[in-house]
Amino acid sequence: MSTLAALARLRAVRTGTAQRLATVRHCHLSDRPMVLIPLRMAGEAAAPLAVMAGTDPARPRLLVVPQPRDRDLRFGFAAELAGVLLPYIEGMQKATETVERRGAEPYERSVDAPQIIVPNAGSAAFVRMLGRSTRFRRAEGPYAVHPSVPTLGRWLTYLGQRAQHPGSSLLLAATEALSLHWATGQSRLEDANLASLVGWIDPPAGMSGAQAAREAEDPLVWPPAGPATDPGFDNEVLAPAIRAYEETRSERAAARVREAVRSQLDPVWRLVWRAVGLLEALPAAPGVASRWEADRGSFSAFAAQLAEGAPPQPKRDGAVGAASRLARMERARSSYDAQRAYDDALVMAEYRLTGEAFAGTVVAAEPDRAEGEGRGRKLRPLVTVRTGDPVRVAPGTRLGTPQRRGQQAEVVSVAGGEVTLKIVKGMGRGASATPGAVPEVGEPVCYAALLEEFQPPPALPAPEDTPWTHGGPPPENPPEAESSEEEWS
Amino acid sequence: MDRLDTLRGPVPPRPHDARAIAALAANPGCERRAVLDAAGVDKDATAAHLGFPAPFGQSAFAITRGNAFEALVKENGCAELLRLLRDLLGLPVESAGYTDLGDMAGDPPAHRRHEHTRRLIDRSAAEADDDGTLYDHPLLRLEIAGHTAYLEPDVVAFRLGGAFHVVEVKSFAVVDGQAEPEKVAAAARQAAVYVLALRTMLEELGHDPLRVSHEIVLVCPENFANRPVATLVDVRRELAVLRRQLARMTRVGRIVDALPPGLTFDLAPGPDGAPARPVAELRDAVRRVDARYAPECLSTCDLCFFCRDEAAGRGSTELLGRQVRDALGGVATVDEALGLADGSIAPGEGQEEIARLLRLAGRVYAEAG
Repeated sequence: MSTLAALARLRAVRTGTAQRLATVRHCHLSDRPMVLIPLRMAGEAAAPLAVMAGTDPARPRLLVVPQPRDRDLRFGFAAELAGVLLPYIEGMQKATETVERRGAEPYERSVDAPQIIVPNAGSAAFVRMLGRSTRFRRAEGPYAVHPSVPTLGRWLTYLGQRAQHPGSSLLLAATEALSLHWATGQSRLEDANLASLVGWIDPPAGMSGAQAAREAEDPLVWPPAGPATDPGFDNEVLAPAIRAYEETRSERAAARVREAVRSQLDPVWRLVWRAVGLLEALPAAPGVASRWEADRGSFSAFAAQLAEGAPPQPKRDGAVGAASRLARMERARSSYDAQRAYDDALVMAEYRLTGEAFAGTVVAAEPDRAEGEGRGRKLRPLVTVRTGDPVRVAPGTRLGTPQRRGQQAEVVSVAGGEVTLKIVKGMGRGASATPGAVPEVGEPVCYAALLEEFQPPPALPAPEDTPWTHGGPPPENPPEAESSEEEWS
Repeated sequence: MDRLDTLRGPVPPRPHDARAIAALAANPGCERRAVLDAAGVDKDATAAHLGFPAPFGQSAFAITRGNAFEALVKENGCAELLRLLRDLLGLPVESAGYTDLGDMAGDPPAHRRHEHTRRLIDRSAAEADDDGTLYDHPLLRLEIAGHTAYLEPDVVAFRLGGAFHVVEVKSFAVVDGQAEPEKVAAAARQAAVYVLALRTMLEELGHDPLRVSHEIVLVCPENFANRPVATLVDVRRELAVLRRQLARMTRVGRIVDALPPGLTFDLAPGPDGAPARPVAELRDAVRRVDARYAPECLSTCDLCFFCRDEAAGRGSTELLGRQVRDALGGVATVDEALGLADGSIAPGEGQEEIARLLRLAGRVYAEAG
């Protein structure tokens, strides 16, 4: 944790309310997000108990498995969930735009994409687990399920995996999204409780954030946001209701389980929408649009794969697939970090504390300075910045600046609170600099050793050419084949 | 020893189970926990009486599931378990026996059952054949701060050739070769307690303690079914932590010696069945022993809410977690850290660097926010 974030937490303790860690919103928020709250039966890896989902805060859909240990009820539930989720996802594929690419065929990209908002990281992991337990099922043969079940499994798997992609907003965990923007006066562990986190950020009238957060820890006031349920609720309310259903299998008994579960989910439903409202109130950062565009591209590509009948995602990536996924995530991470810093002075502040960035005022500028002679003459304006920040960049380091995105400068010297820079990119190609491209004396500026440059993907062999050092080519018949019949008990 | 009995009061000591012993390793710096555990004080009841009941509960569903899975693994004389172990350890199919160490007439006390386990394990260790044998319901013993703790693992010790393996049955799922890391870690810590107890027993019997493997066999349900799968888990790291912690516990005497004489956490029930001790008195007694609160306590220690409240009262930076404390270079209180940040407190010896950083953070935060 950075000193800045630590200081923000200290101030939250003193003031009793959460402190801002960002001045703008760094995640995309859809006009029509779908909130999804899954609950799991305690002690089971992937036995769904219930899901509350929907795009309208006033009209949640509640799906309940009255006996989570019953295999048929479970698959019936999966089909019902598909009935809620798939129309939402497929609706997003209808309107598309053609994207032209240099040196490649143009492709179709959806103009919007689904956005699923779950309460916390555990719920996101459970979404992935539900995807794993349903994507290999088949609509024919032994243990046949409704055809929508394997499709649901592939989408849940896709969304669960995409959530690990830095900067992606297709599947958001509310606690993570809020923690990116606010610091509370409690520990990160306690921040994983959504009710407590929202209490710090937006306490009810007449209460401090600290008080609201404490109250939120009482499961009788605020039921847990899932996927685990409150053990007290399990033992006193849910277990008798499920037993009654087991004995009678009646509509009435099923309704009793349903109402019991609803009592736990209703407050969480309102809470997640409150979290959405808190995020909505922040203005979107400039970089959000381009990251959402990447999300839309990824979504369209996966939808196309699915339409072409691609097999379900493997249980584990092959060597080549894993290497390319890792490289993609690393590149996404560095560009996400850089974009957030350039978009937000508070994020940049963390880099200023570590000396990777500095802010100050221009004290000298030579906008028309050039190096070289004749045809080799290159425009290289010099700028000197005075700063009170602890600068830790070596001469020769390339820097970018939020004031002039795309421009790059090289450190010439650092001495006595003054940094001399040579602008090497993004100041125009003429004999003199483009007007406004070189900061003038007196202008406040900020430079950072973070570059948003495009990094080409690494060259990797085709999967069938995987070298023996990495296990050789993958087998023709992956072990996934038998998974359609695997138990789900 | 009398001292620890005084601390506990006239109630029987709470037995240590492997989970409690393993949890000691979670926060080795906490003197309060070390003393209360060494004295065998019921921390759950203490917390409840103090008005800060522990936030833990176990769902009946999880208990049922755990029991059902264990029964499945152990049914028909551990037939299923033997099958798994044959595959995992490469045991010849025909040679595998099963001995139930809990099979004794009457309801013998723990030390007699332990003697029984000890005798059979001794005989088994002396034999040099290659037959595999499963020992179910062993009763092991471990010295905790001078007290004898009997451990009744739901595990079995498995001997193959000269080596013993500890088997731990858990009901969390392994999906595609992966399980939740925290759960595996907790199982490994717990199994390490059994490995240590078994090693101690072999050593006392004059056998080589290293015949107990540091690789334990973890048996869990595979994927979404009830079918068990066995995996070897290396617990050397957990063993090292546990040994260090137990060694510290034997020095708990020094902490206890420094406490005021007559100090007690007595919870003896009054006529109404509730502890007779006035709450304020108990609170003062508990506060006499220093705690080292960390947010991680919230998932491992019964007293967590009490200690958190106490830390909040002091304005301690411990409340915010180790990451924040590290970022603050160990500055103890919120007031001190904020004072260093706004310059109202002059940095003490060795605090110059963190004070400079905090002041800079304060300035940059104000400029950017």
